[in-house]
Amino acid sequence: MLKTVLATTALATALLVSPSLQAVTPADALVQASRFDDIISLDPAEMYEISAFEIVTNAYDKLVAYDTEDTSRVVPQLAESWEVSEDGTTFTFKLREGVTFHSGNPFTAEDVVYSFSRLAALDKGPAFLIQDLGVTPDNYQDVLRAVDEHTFEMTLDQGYAPSFVLNVLSGGNFSIVDSALAQEHEVDGDWGSEWLKTNSAGSGPFQLDQMVPNDRIVMSRFDSYWQGAPELARLMWRHVEEPASQRLLLEQGDIDVARNLLADQLEPLRQGGEMQLVEARLGTQLYMGLNVSHEPLDDVRVRQALKYLVDYEGMVETFMRDAWIVNQTFLPEGMLGHLDSQPFSFDPEKAKELLAEAGYEDGFSLSVNVASAQERLDTAQAVQATFAQAGIELEILPSDARTALTTYRAREHDIYLGTWGIDYFDPATNAVFVANSDNSPEAASTPLTWRNAWQDEELTARVQELALESDEDARAAGYQALIEDWQEVSPFIMLFQQVAIAAVRPEVKDFRLAPTNDGNRYHRVSKE
Amino acid sequence: MSDTLVKRPPNLIGSRLGRHARSLGGILASIAFTFLGLLCITFVIGRVIPIDPALAIVGDRAPAHVYDRAREELGLNLPIWQQFFIYVGQVLRGDFGTSILTGRPVMEDIARVFPATLELATLGIIIGVVFGVPMGVLAAVKRDRWADQLVRVIGLVGYSVPIFWLGLVGLLIFYARLGWVGGSGRLDFFHEGIAPTITGVILIDSAIAGEWDVFRNALHHILLPAALLGYFSLAYISRMTRSLMLEQLNQEYIITARVKGVSERRVIWVHALRNILVPLITVIALSYASLLEGSVLTEIVFAWPGLGRYLTNALLAADMAAVLGATFVVGLVFVGVNLLSDLLYRLVDPRAK
Repeated sequence: MLKTVLATTALATALLVSPSLQAVTPADALVQASRFDDIISLDPAEMYEISAFEIVTNAYDKLVAYDTEDTSRVVPQLAESWEVSEDGTTFTFKLREGVTFHSGNPFTAEDVVYSFSRLAALDKGPAFLIQDLGVTPDNYQDVLRAVDEHTFEMTLDQGYAPSFVLNVLSGGNFSIVDSALAQEHEVDGDWGSEWLKTNSAGSGPFQLDQMVPNDRIVMSRFDSYWQGAPELARLMWRHVEEPASQRLLLEQGDIDVARNLLADQLEPLRQGGEMQLVEARLGTQLYMGLNVSHEPLDDVRVRQALKYLVDYEGMVETFMRDAWIVNQTFLPEGMLGHLDSQPFSFDPEKAKELLAEAGYEDGFSLSVNVASAQERLDTAQAVQATFAQAGIELEILPSDARTALTTYRAREHDIYLGTWGIDYFDPATNAVFVANSDNSPEAASTPLTWRNAWQDEELTARVQELALESDEDARAAGYQALIEDWQEVSPFIMLFQQVAIAAVRPEVKDFRLAPTNDGNRYHRVSKE
Repeated sequence: MSDTLVKRPPNLIGSRLGRHARSLGGILASIAFTFLGLLCITFVIGRVIPIDPALAIVGDRAPAHVYDRAREELGLNLPIWQQFFIYVGQVLRGDFGTSILTGRPVMEDIARVFPATLELATLGIIIGVVFGVPMGVLAAVKRDRWADQLVRVIGLVGYSVPIFWLGLVGLLIFYARLGWVGGSGRLDFFHEGIAPTITGVILIDSAIAGEWDVFRNALHHILLPAALLGYFSLAYISRMTRSLMLEQLNQEYIITARVKGVSERRVIWVHALRNILVPLITVIALSYASLLEGSVLTEIVFAWPGLGRYLTNALLAADMAAVLGATFVVGLVFVGVNLLSDLLYRLVDPRAK
C-alpha cells in the first residue's frame, strides 16, 4: 500500500512539476503588486478611495497639478495659464490647444464645464470639494462657463485665496472627462457614471483596459499623449494583500514594484542592496482624538498631560520604523504652512504635575477605539503602557475599521486612534482639526473637531480667514502661528506622518512616489 | 379480476410517480425553507453588527445630505422587517442587488470569484481523497506500527499547523527557492486574458481554447495552494478512514472472509472498504463543501481572487447584498453536495435504493 502511495506521489510530481524559468516581466510593462480592494469607483466625480486616485491620475489630466518636486506649488496641465479677478471670485483659464482624448475627440472648454458640472450635480461623496468653492447642484449652470473653445471661466461665491482654489483644482476629482464619450454612455441622466466606474474617458498618458475588482488593473499607452508618448506600453497592478507574498514575487521577478512591504521585508532588501527603495512622505497622519464631552478630557491640563504620556521617538525607532515619522502638527511635512514644531516628548513627571494640578493625581480610566490593524494596535498598546505610568488605565477596544469609525462619528468614544489623509494639497484641507462652527448634535458638517465635541471660536475664525488670505507668504505664516497655539489646547494627540516605501527592481528607471496617489504618474518610467 | 389486472399497472406507475413527486416536493420544500432561514439569519446579523454601510459608499468626508441620501437609497431608513421583505422579493425575482464594494451586481461578482474557488477546491479534494483514503486504510491495517504512527503524525501536522504559515513556507521553498511552481495569483500577468472566459475555471477555459501555455501556467499557479488545501482535507479524511476501517476490521464477517481464505487484499479493499463507503462519502462531501466556501487565509497568501476573500471583505464592509448573495451560494453548494452524496449512497449501498 505504502508503495502505491509513494509511486502515485512520484508520478504526480513528475507530471505536474517541471522547473519553470526565472520569471521576467515584459520589458515594456510595469507590473506592481499593491492593495486596491478599497476601489469602489474610478469615476472622477465619485471616487474617494486612496487607490483609485493612482489609476485616475494616469488616465486623465487636470487643469493644474501639484508639483511633485515642490508640493507647495501648482503647475499647469491642461490649463496653460490663468487669471484671477481683482475681487478673487472669477478664475479664467486659458486652455491648451491641440490636446486630444483617448477617443480622438478634441479637448475644449466644454469638457471642463462638463467635468466640473458632473462633479457638482452628481452630488456624490467628493462633491463637497467643489461645493466648498460655492459651486452647487443648483447654480453650476450659471457659474461654470466656456467663454470660447479654449477659455474656461468659473465664478466662486467668495474671494478665496488663489493658492487654495488652485490646490483644490489639482485634486483627482477635478479630472477632465471626455464629454462626448461620457454622454454616449449616459443612462437615465447618470452623466455616464455607471460606465465610468470601470472605464476611462480621459486624455492622460494611459488608458484603462481592464479593471477586475480585487484582482488586477491593466492600462495601456496613449500614443498621442500631448506631453509625448509614455515610455512603457502597459501598466499593471495586481492585488496582493500579503506583504510577504509581495516580497517573494518581487525577488522572483514576477513583479517590478512591491508597494506594501513592512519593515520586516524591507530590512533584508535594504541589506541585499539590489532593489531600489523609493520613498515619499505622505499626507496621512496617525493621531488620537480625545472626546472632550467625556470627563476628564474636557480639562485642557489633562489633555496636555496625555500629550506628555506618549513615547513618540520610542515608537518610530522600533515597531513604527521606516513607515512613520514624528509630526505633532496638523499639517504634513511638505505642505504650505507646515511648521517643524514638536513641543511634546515623553515626560511622565511633567504629566503627573499637570494631572495633579487638574485634581487627578490618582489617575482614572479611559478606553480607546482602534481599528485592528497591526501598527495601530501596536501603537495603542505602547500608549497603554506609557499612560499607565501616570496611573491612567487605558482599555483598548479593537474592531473593524468601519466599526471604529462609526463609533467615532457618533461621538461615543473616549479616545479614537486612527488616520486622517489630506483631500488636496492645501492646508485648508486639514482645517477639520481646527474649525468647528456648529458643535450641536444636529450639525450638518461633522469635522474631526465636532467628532471630539471640541470648539474654539477664536481658532475657528482664524483658520477660516486663512482660506481667504490672498497673499501666499502671509497665509503660510498665519498657519504656522496657528499651529503653535493649537498644539496647546487641541484635543488631538498628533503622533506620526506616514512614509510610503516602494521596493523597485533594479531594471526600472525613474520610478518616483509622490505624497499622494494623485502625483503617481508613470509616463516617464522606463525599463532597461 | 380482469379489471384489476388491466387497471393495476397504471396504478402502480401513478403511485410511484406520486411517491417521487412527494419526495421531490419534500426536498424542494425543505430546500426553500433552509434558504429562507439562511437569508433571515444572515440578514439580521447584517443589520445588528455596528457597521454603517452608507459610510462605505460615500466615504468619511461626505456631507450629511449625501450620506442621508445613500442611506435612503440602501433602504436603511425603513423598518428592518420591511427591508427583509423587500430583499426576499428581489431575490425571488433573481435580483441579488449591487455590491457596495465593487459597485457591480452581486451575481456578476460571484460568477467571477466562485469559479476560482471551485477550481481550487476540486483539485484540493481530489488530492485529499487520492492520498487520504489509502493512507487511512494503510494506517488501520498496520495499526500501531510505524506506518500508522507516520500517517497519524502527518494528519496531526495537517490539523495543527496554521495554513497561513504553511502557505508562506511553501511559497518560499517551492516557488522562491526551487522555482517548481508559480507564485501568488492564478496566472502570470502576461498569460492573463489570452484564453477567453467561458466557465471561469482557467484550467478548463485554456484547454477549450487550446492555449496549452496558459494551461501549464495555470497549473503551476494552482498546484501549491491546491496541494495545501488537499493536505488539510487529507488530514481529516485519512483520520476518519482509519477509524471507520478499524471498526470494520473487527467485525465477524471479516474474520469469516479470512477464514474462508479470501486474499488479504480482497478482504481490505473489497469487503471492508465497501462497507465504509457511505460514511466515507459523507466525510468527503463535508470536506469538499467546506473547501468550496473558500479558504480565506489560503486565498490571501496566494492572492487568489476567490469566494472566501470576497465574503470576508464584504462582511467587514457591511456590504450586505454581497454577504447575503455569497451566503446563499454557499448554502446552495452545501445542499448540492448533500444531494450529490445522497445519490452516491444509492449507488454504493443497495439498501438505500
